[in-house]
Amino acid sequence: MEPAGIVIEKLAKMYARRGSEVHALKGIDLEVRGGEIFGLLGPNGAGKTTTVGVCTTRVKATSGRVTVNGIDVRADAPAVKRSIGVVTQFRTLDRSLTIRENLAMHAMYFGLHPKDAWVRADELLADFRLSERAGAFPDELSGGMAQRVQVARAIAHHPSVLFLDEPTAGLDPQSRLALWETIEGMHARGITVFLTTHYMEEAESLCDRVAIIDHGQILVLDTPQALKRSISAETVIELRLEAPNDALVERLRALPGVVSAQASGDAVRVLTASQDGVLPRILAEANSAGLKDMTMTKPTLETVFISLTGRDLRE
Amino acid sequence: MSSGSATLESSTLAPRARRAMYARAFYGLIRRDMRVARREAFQLSMRTIMNPFLFVFVFAYVFPKIGQQFQSGGGISFATIIVPGLIGSAIIFNGISAVALPLVMEFGATREIEDRVMAPLPTAAVAVEKIVFSAAQAVVAGLVVFPFVYLIPSTPVSVHVNNWPLLIGVFLLAGLVSSALGMAIGTVANPRQIGLVFALIVIPVTFLGCVYYPWARLHPILWLQILVLINPLVYISEGLRTALTPSVPHMHPWAFFGALLALFALLMWMALSGFLRRVID
Repeated sequence: MEPAGIVIEKLAKMYARRGSEVHALKGIDLEVRGGEIFGLLGPNGAGKTTTVGVCTTRVKATSGRVTVNGIDVRADAPAVKRSIGVVTQFRTLDRSLTIRENLAMHAMYFGLHPKDAWVRADELLADFRLSERAGAFPDELSGGMAQRVQVARAIAHHPSVLFLDEPTAGLDPQSRLALWETIEGMHARGITVFLTTHYMEEAESLCDRVAIIDHGQILVLDTPQALKRSISAETVIELRLEAPNDALVERLRALPGVVSAQASGDAVRVLTASQDGVLPRILAEANSAGLKDMTMTKPTLETVFISLTGRDLRE
Repeated sequence: MSSGSATLESSTLAPRARRAMYARAFYGLIRRDMRVARREAFQLSMRTIMNPFLFVFVFAYVFPKIGQQFQSGGGISFATIIVPGLIGSAIIFNGISAVALPLVMEFGATREIEDRVMAPLPTAAVAVEKIVFSAAQAVVAGLVVFPFVYLIPSTPVSVHVNNWPLLIGVFLLAGLVSSALGMAIGTVANPRQIGLVFALIVIPVTFLGCVYYPWARLHPILWLQILVLINPLVYISEGLRTALTPSVPHMHPWAFFGALLALFALLMWMALSGFLRRVID
């Protein structure tokens, strides 16, 4: 039996666009274990979609190797396609077919007998609460509903690995929560889920393990809890100031109990360890620079990303 | 949800299982196209029929009736000359449209081809299926046109099939060349250009495809007679002329079969490499 899951070794992808070279992936290594929900978190343009593209045989790697369930994606694309389900960022439902036909045809592409394919389509319509719209065409559906159909279609042939590229981008909060539930349902049935996202809440609440990617490189890979622990800060204090300046940031950094301090715009973000007296000392310094407002939060994956890159996830 | 999810696949497929997997996926794609074609049958048949119907009606029914006759020479009626040509142009027009129109949208705007590209068979086979299905559709279009061009003219139409295998061969090859040309167009054009592509390729191809005159008659305009040899419809028209109206001057079968086969090979290569370039980054 071949190992389940996805193994990515030294994967690089270079696009030649209008004479210049774009290095979308600069030699990444990842291992997604069978049965886990794995999140690839990063800002737009970090290389997430390219990674999924290579794993799903739609993008040719410049170098490196990817296996899905032990099958090399380059050597045997059809065998890989058989065992994966894919939801891309695009609305790729077949517009010439109804919702029910979209599901049944997909099942037929994967070898189901037509009679079984229609049964399977009805089963999925019921599971995804889509039965009422079975005869609708994709253009008649809301974004959230269309995305539900795409996920239903992606699992119609019982794949063992499911790829979701930015599955909740552009969805309303309710549809997003519904989709999270669906993903957890697949996880419970033992399907390996590889998802990309630039929403840190999504990665944090859904994923067993998360890799943070930026500029085509993997920065860290661990469980969300371990990643948050890794910055060894208990609290994130954001100070909005009238006159933030470098000298102030330097002074804040020097305070005992402060892990790091970083300016961005009119704000300074200070990470602190749990230590008595740290807050009054920070406030005293901040007041001297005209403190307007202050918020305190627990560290999130966003904090991890910022402390690694100095930038926000939101571009 | 039904059982059997998340089974582990083994890395190697037995050749037999692999062939079965490809065949079933191919069949699924055919079923999909059949369903769509059935849904659009009315629209498709109108698109197919209107041009030849009106053409035959005006030039082979109204013209003779009102005494405004074409001089076709050699005692052969104009109505007879245009039978193969109009069937040929129905085939090529439908072959191109059936592939190029949806493909341009699916590549450029909607990307809905992706689900078919993810079916478990080699990506090139997805393109081959599209060409094969559209070729069949084009052949049907040619057959649909036949009663119109045969029955409507008010002057005698003389059609004789001496060689059925030749006729079938020309029909099939004509369909395949047309849909391969359609895919070659569909993989290079984008949705905004499609009107332009039809104006610059499809219309000249049909007007200069020896539809309304046999190729041999072009001799007085030698440059045109040579220039139109790049047009696949010339060989389709001439082939159908040989098969359906042998009394009209026509090319030698070696010439049109050879040319159609060569064009098919060239267009197939362009179509498949274009398709792969569009779906795999």
